[in-house]
Amino acid sequence: MREQLVKPGETVPVGTTLALLLAPGEDAATAVRPRIAPLRPVAPAAAAPSARRRISPAARKHAEDLGVDLEKVQGSGPQAAVTVEDVERMKVPANEQKEEIEKARALNMRSAIAAAMGRSKREIPHYYLSETVPMLRASEWLAQENAKRPITGRLLMAVLQLKAVALALGKFPDLNGFFRDGAHVPSAAAHVGVAISLRQGGLVAPAIHDVQAKSLDELMRSLSDLVKRARAGSLRSSEMSDPTVTVTNLGEGGVESVFAIIYPPQVAIVGFGTIAERPWVHAGELRVAPTVVASLAADHRASDGHRGALFLAEIARLLQEPEKL
Amino acid sequence: MDRTAIRQQVLAELKRIAPELEEGELKEDRPLRDQIDLDSMDWLNFLVALHERSGKEIPESEYKKLGTLSAIVDYLA
Repeated sequence: MREQLVKPGETVPVGTTLALLLAPGEDAATAVRPRIAPLRPVAPAAAAPSARRRISPAARKHAEDLGVDLEKVQGSGPQAAVTVEDVERMKVPANEQKEEIEKARALNMRSAIAAAMGRSKREIPHYYLSETVPMLRASEWLAQENAKRPITGRLLMAVLQLKAVALALGKFPDLNGFFRDGAHVPSAAAHVGVAISLRQGGLVAPAIHDVQAKSLDELMRSLSDLVKRARAGSLRSSEMSDPTVTVTNLGEGGVESVFAIIYPPQVAIVGFGTIAERPWVHAGELRVAPTVVASLAADHRASDGHRGALFLAEIARLLQEPEKL
Repeated sequence: MDRTAIRQQVLAELKRIAPELEEGELKEDRPLRDQIDLDSMDWLNFLVALHERSGKEIPESEYKKLGTLSAIVDYLA
């Protein structure tokens, strides 16, 4: 566009030149400016009954930006056309609007959770297993590692747990992937859904992709970014739809263990409770050590309890060698 | 910086992480994490923010000294 002659929102007679455009190859500096004939002012036409509402494109755009429902806007322009000012008057105060959106989002989320969990409990024959995993080595290794790191580069135990689950799934593909059309379709990659609770209520479980192939540092960055975006409501649809397994860490709330519900069409969900000092027998001696209860809820159509038990044992083994994660 | 200014900054960071927080209801000497729902990721983000404001490194071994609002203000003062 070379020149805008009429500002959005300004009222001009029909036929007024609104703007000058340049032809391809023309340059604004050198192009000849055509003479624009001044138009005779016209008397505003009487508002004719019209089936179609007149809405100026600028008003339409403005309504879209503000989230104003055009159906409810009374037009004050010629022939009751809706103008930018009309839209502006209908603007809902920003905080009220935000509250409405939050409420609607919470309601949508509740019904989405209800639908998915209802379907899971109706369709998936779950079996549940749990194992207490000693966490002394992992805790000591993490403390040493974090002591070497600046605060901005520190790791959380959750990252070690995610990596251990993903590596274990490499040996137990029957617990990874989707159950579709009456059969289990295993996945080679572990796209691990991380259950994240939201402050306004509800939860989401978006995926960190290819967890088995990521370093602990990469995983920490992914997790931190994912939590931030989940809480800001800016997750990508692929992250929401493609986890091949889910991990829920309810230890933060202080519970000892969690037996979760599988998110269909996935076939397994792993839970971790609180890491706490508990009595632990090692080499015939009773001592106090940090432990965590790891649990598995799995789809009996895709795997059996024996496999599930071996899978949990593999997670426990991996967590004893944190430096290799 | 005096304690009042530090306290204001700490509260501002807490509110950024937990917008539902009502300042008036926060007890100075009760454990923060009993009063506000902060998971370990929230806690780390909170400490990173305090580090960025104060320049203090805050080693992990000292997290346990930072249990209450007044303890955090003391630590940063």
